[in-house]
Amino acid sequence: MRPALRRVASALRGLRWYVRELTGESAYERHVTRLRERHPEAVPPSRREFERMRTDRQESDPRQGFRCC
Amino acid sequence: MRTAHVRTIAVWTLVALVGAAGWSVLALARGEEVSAAWMVAAALGSYAIAYRFYASFIARRVLRVDRTRATPAERLDNGIDFHPTDRRVLLGHHFAAIAGAGPLVGPVLAAQMGYLPGTVWIIAGVVFAGAVQDMVVLFFSTRRDGRSLGQLAREEIGPFGGAAALLAAFAIMIILLGVLALVVVNALASSPWGTFSLAMTIPIALLMGFYLRVLRPGRVTEVSLIGVALLLLALVGGRWVAESSWADTFTLAPSTLVVWLVGYGFIASILPVWTLLAPRDYLSTFMKIGTIVLLALGVVIALPTLRMDAVTDFATRGDGPVFAGSLFPFVFITIACGALSGFHALISSGTTPKMIQKETQIRLIGYGSMLMESSVAVMALVAASIIDPGLYFAMNAPSGVIGTTVQNASQVVGSWGYHISPAELAQAAKNVEESSLLSRTGGAPTLAVGVSEIFAKVTGGGLRAFWYHFAIMFEALFILTALDAGTRVGRFMLQDTLGNLYRPFRNVSWKPGLVLTSALVCGLWGYFLWVGVHEPLGGINQLFPVFGISNQLLAAVALAVCTTLLVKSGRLKWAWVTGIPLAWDATVTLTASWQKVFSADPKVGFFKQRQVFQDAIDAGQLLPPAKDMDDMRTVVTNSTVDGVLSAVLALLVVIVVLDALRVCIRHIRRPALSTLSEAPHVVSKITAPDGLIPTRAEKEAARHAAGTAAGG
Repeated sequence: MRPALRRVASALRGLRWYVRELTGESAYERHVTRLRERHPEAVPPSRREFERMRTDRQESDPRQGFRCC
Repeated sequence: MRTAHVRTIAVWTLVALVGAAGWSVLALARGEEVSAAWMVAAALGSYAIAYRFYASFIARRVLRVDRTRATPAERLDNGIDFHPTDRRVLLGHHFAAIAGAGPLVGPVLAAQMGYLPGTVWIIAGVVFAGAVQDMVVLFFSTRRDGRSLGQLAREEIGPFGGAAALLAAFAIMIILLGVLALVVVNALASSPWGTFSLAMTIPIALLMGFYLRVLRPGRVTEVSLIGVALLLLALVGGRWVAESSWADTFTLAPSTLVVWLVGYGFIASILPVWTLLAPRDYLSTFMKIGTIVLLALGVVIALPTLRMDAVTDFATRGDGPVFAGSLFPFVFITIACGALSGFHALISSGTTPKMIQKETQIRLIGYGSMLMESSVAVMALVAASIIDPGLYFAMNAPSGVIGTTVQNASQVVGSWGYHISPAELAQAAKNVEESSLLSRTGGAPTLAVGVSEIFAKVTGGGLRAFWYHFAIMFEALFILTALDAGTRVGRFMLQDTLGNLYRPFRNVSWKPGLVLTSALVCGLWGYFLWVGVHEPLGGINQLFPVFGISNQLLAAVALAVCTTLLVKSGRLKWAWVTGIPLAWDATVTLTASWQKVFSADPKVGFFKQRQVFQDAIDAGQLLPPAKDMDDMRTVVTNSTVDGVLSAVLALLVVIVVLDALRVCIRHIRRPALSTLSEAPHVVSKITAPDGLIPTRAEKEAARHAAGTAAGG
């Protein structure tokens, strides 16, 4: 029984990872980790600031994230 | 020399046999019931073989993808637009970006020639042209730090060809938006259920936008789940509204819908991205992937029988009511997305090349996701071919041809050899709780009927009307997203061009310029939408061929850029890989343009049509389906505009192709004159599998890489 449960749990974890990556939900954590590694002295932005910056970038170049017919 | 394992040979022989069995049954069965299973077998068998052998050949021998070379995502990683993305995630991203309403609409319209021509073109087209184009553009753009198609054309062909390509892309975008909006109008006209549920997507998206901006920034999954739940609620609520006293408020005439749509497009495109565009995009992506998975399951579980003829008489006679013209060249331009789509080149040279981890994954992302889109087109063709052919023609012929009563429609459709009684026509509309299904042109309603038929087989007939409106909303939802996003891209092109004349335009956030260019773009596609809705000869009948031609012309531009790059990068011997699809695409599309401009058949040739109607006006006569002189004059104006447009587009593309040819010939004669702007080779430090499922060697390499990273 136990290995089966473990397999279900790992499948669910995989699904959660996939959905978070696909929707860009994990972008903030990735950004903060990166910043800590490369510029330890910098103050990481808050999630709110980061998400604003991300959507506003799309404003300046609408070809990012363009959808097809 | 690698030797193949016995088991590998056995597996691939089996795959080949499955595909061959599908093709033989489709090709040989006449006058008997054919199951959609054979179409699925032919498609999947062909895709598997093409992916395993042809795509692999292109990646290794033609493009010579380099495992050791760092991609722009690795070199320029900034954690935002450039960052190495897991191949499975990027496959989802890229597929969601390329798949839209296109592959669902084209195959449905092409079904008027029977299911066989469409199937052959969707599968052969994707294997030899569409997927190849997506993959090669992705490769060259990746080698150039994710340059866009327009930039590639300017840098590799020259300023003249580049400018023509840019102008063509802009015109094509306008026509695309006009025709997609027309599909929505035709699906929602006098349908309170559909109109209400689509209207509700606007407050839902606003709510989601507010949630993401203010309440819980970045929590996309939870807000999307809330959005989808509200959407389903709106869908259920739509039925309730349609039966209540509010029904009249949401029963809109086509011309009212035009005003609403153009107004919506304008306002949405000047609002900040976070209010409508971004949340609506999450919603439509969730719905898109969900519905496509459901549809695939539905087709496989229900395995419906194809009721349309394999090849109808319209294929040879060229007088079909859905669109005029014979099989060659019109099937190949009606089915654009799903077989070969120029628009994909804009995605393959946009976001995706900035996110790909390894060059070796180009086969999976470029070729693989196009095969997935093609399978969506096959499903749309299945959905259109399983409904009663009589109903299909009654739904897709313009009202000028079949009239507005079920009696008249039944009689006209009967004269084409498809029998459906007036009672059956009325019952079909009643089944999906619509007032009428006659002349519901544009493909979306037909697809929705097919989808409701398939889903009702699995869930029971009681939910048929729900599934119909579910499918309508699902298509309308992402067409609305496309209107917003497309208006922004068109505006961006316009701002860039006008910036050369008056500097402030170049600043994309300069408000007066923004409003002016947005209004201009909306006005342009709004014009085509208005024309399409008021066209006495049927808007889809007249405009869809122009849309198909323009999309395939964009593909010709993309393939010309690819071929030039193959020649210039020392791959002359392999130039046929994109050269043959280019020759085919140019032949088909320019033949279609030629016929649309010069054909002596007034049903096909725009100028002949103009002449016939103008002569009648001069003689003071009325020609059906025109009801008065105003209609006559509308036909004359519209056919002039459509004719001039077809000619100009074809001319622009001929310029691009000739300019590309000139560059190729110059390179062959004097290679020293060519410049190639490839980014330099930097050694890649990333270890990642090439395909979807890692091989044993790749797993070993990943373990090894993890070991050295931990140790050092």
